Amino acid sequence: MHEENSKHNHHIGYGTYVLVWLALLAFTSITVTVAGVSLGEYTLFVALSIAAIKSALVINIFMHIKFDEKIFKVFLLISGFTLLVIFILTFFDFIYR
Amino acid sequence: MANGTTTVNEKSFYQQSTNKYSGILSWLLTTDHKRIGIMYGVTILFFFLVGVILGVLMRLELMAPGKTIVDAQTYNSLFTLHGVIMIFLFIIPGLPAIFGNFFLPIQIGARDVAFPRLNLLSYYIYVAGALLALLAVILPGGAIDTGWTFYIPYSIRSNTNVSLPLLAAFVLGFSSILTGLNFITTVHRMRAPGMTFFKMPLFVWATYATAWIQIIATPVIGITIVLVILERLFGVGIFDPALGGDPILFQHLFWIYSHPAVYIMILPAMGVVSEIIPTFARRTIFGYKAIAISSLAIAFVGYLVWAHHMFTSGMSDTARWIFSLLTFIVALPSGVKIFNWVATMYKGSIDPKPPFLWVMSFIFLFSIGGLTGLVLGSLATDIHVHDTYFVVAHFHFVMFGGTGTIFFAAIHYWFPKMFGRLYNDKLATLGVLGFFIGFMLLYFPKFIMGYMGMPRRYYDYLPEFASLQLISTIGSWVLAATIFFIVGYLIHALFKGPKAGSNPWGGVTLEWHIQSPPTMENFKEIPKITHEPYDFSQLKEMKNEYS
Repeated sequence: MHEENSKHNHHIGYGTYVLVWLALLAFTSITVTVAGVSLGEYTLFVALSIAAIKSALVINIFMHIKFDEKIFKVFLLISGFTLLVIFILTFFDFIYR
Repeated sequence: MANGTTTVNEKSFYQQSTNKYSGILSWLLTTDHKRIGIMYGVTILFFFLVGVILGVLMRLELMAPGKTIVDAQTYNSLFTLHGVIMIFLFIIPGLPAIFGNFFLPIQIGARDVAFPRLNLLSYYIYVAGALLALLAVILPGGAIDTGWTFYIPYSIRSNTNVSLPLLAAFVLGFSSILTGLNFITTVHRMRAPGMTFFKMPLFVWATYATAWIQIIATPVIGITIVLVILERLFGVGIFDPALGGDPILFQHLFWIYSHPAVYIMILPAMGVVSEIIPTFARRTIFGYKAIAISSLAIAFVGYLVWAHHMFTSGMSDTARWIFSLLTFIVALPSGVKIFNWVATMYKGSIDPKPPFLWVMSFIFLFSIGGLTGLVLGSLATDIHVHDTYFVVAHFHFVMFGGTGTIFFAAIHYWFPKMFGRLYNDKLATLGVLGFFIGFMLLYFPKFIMGYMGMPRRYYDYLPEFASLQLISTIGSWVLAATIFFIVGYLIHALFKGPKAGSNPWGGVTLEWHIQSPPTMENFKEIPKITHEPYDFSQLKEMKNEYS
């Protein structure tokens, strides 16, 4: 596995890291800008979507999950799914209160 | 089992250290999962006894109406500390940290956990968290008085030391996460050849499911705690309604962790039950896969029910009925377990030794706890009994009657393996009996008082509750005396008890194949697993192994 990792490190290259970093910065500025715009009931949805894209980038590229063994992806999906369920259930309170 | 697994009369892990030190340092710096389990055991037992004493003091105060031994403020601190200590320092780490550490690697045929040093670190983080909690009691400002749930807005307004116990819970959370991480990796990477997932003992399954909850749920309480501390220090206004925050959000976040935490407490206990019943019924477990999968189902469904703690908090009606419905679903996998345990005993050859008696006591008490949980899970009846003694009785039946009872069952079951000594069966049977009588006297009247309307956490009460309160207090004396009696005869057995053989109960999971107490590396050779975990036809082979 160690060899695999080092091969992939080489594979990604600094260019990709910088691009991802710039993308993250761009998304952060979008989040800040959107916070000032009134989107009504879509506010949370938009904010959470941007956050989800950002975490996907970090998890896949910076944390190397994209290139790792399947089991880690399964573990992450389980955690992510649980988080999603928790969000949805909380919203049954928040939206209908 | 394969040849070469058995070790008899070799140096035990007490006589051989994992490091170059001897004496106390060989313990404090050990990476042996068994020694770490025992260190957890001593520490957790200490805090448990502190929690018991605080509980007895609370009951003494409530023995008669009006002031009895302490003032109202001290009483508030007493029940908060009792809750914090029992929940965070005893019942959450209790079974996984002590018995999970000691037996999980052995039961899957491994020499240690996957990350032995991380394991030791988890222990020290636990100790650091515990010390922080104690420090908060001594420091000026006074002991925390918010209740163990730290509900907003009072936890922001209270002038007692709130931030420090919160920080303690935060630190303890890390210990829990790291232990969970260790166990999951151990189960995935360290199983002996032939030990497939469906050949793992059910205690391993339960501890594995628990580890998942520890990892996924605990960070939520960590974040929540940090937010409350920030709110107290800087008034950021996330939860405080006076600053535009939402106090119900705190309750959501708190219970998103604390409800799954209930399953961190009970799942390993259910695993222990699934070990003890086959051993003493001399019969393979009924519905092995159903029990294994139900552990995972409980772990998952456990995430979907948290807001049943909040039916009267003012959250939306839609959320209330959805969470009520989901709550009923969690009764299913719990029922699967109970029925399978009972079915295991059917036509078994039952040997009612003390560990088995503890389990019988558990099934009785836990069933009462579980069924009264459905009263609380129903929207209409919950309104009547919410925040009354009924809730207090319910969770003491589930947690203390459930996990607490199994804590003692596990000690009695594995004591000969851990220490290589036998205790006196008659005294132990008396212990079960005393515990049961004390328990029922202490907690059953609370169901009645709660139904009559006695609110929880009140310092004083109306005269009509006086006789039931008195019975409850008398129960606390019986229960506490029994607990100290049990600790007493176990300590006596530790030094004076007759030597235990490798397999005093006739169990067949891997720990019974090795000597008591085990060697430092558990197995001479890593065993090859050929049998189902509860295949009692192995007993004959095992006798040959020893001879």
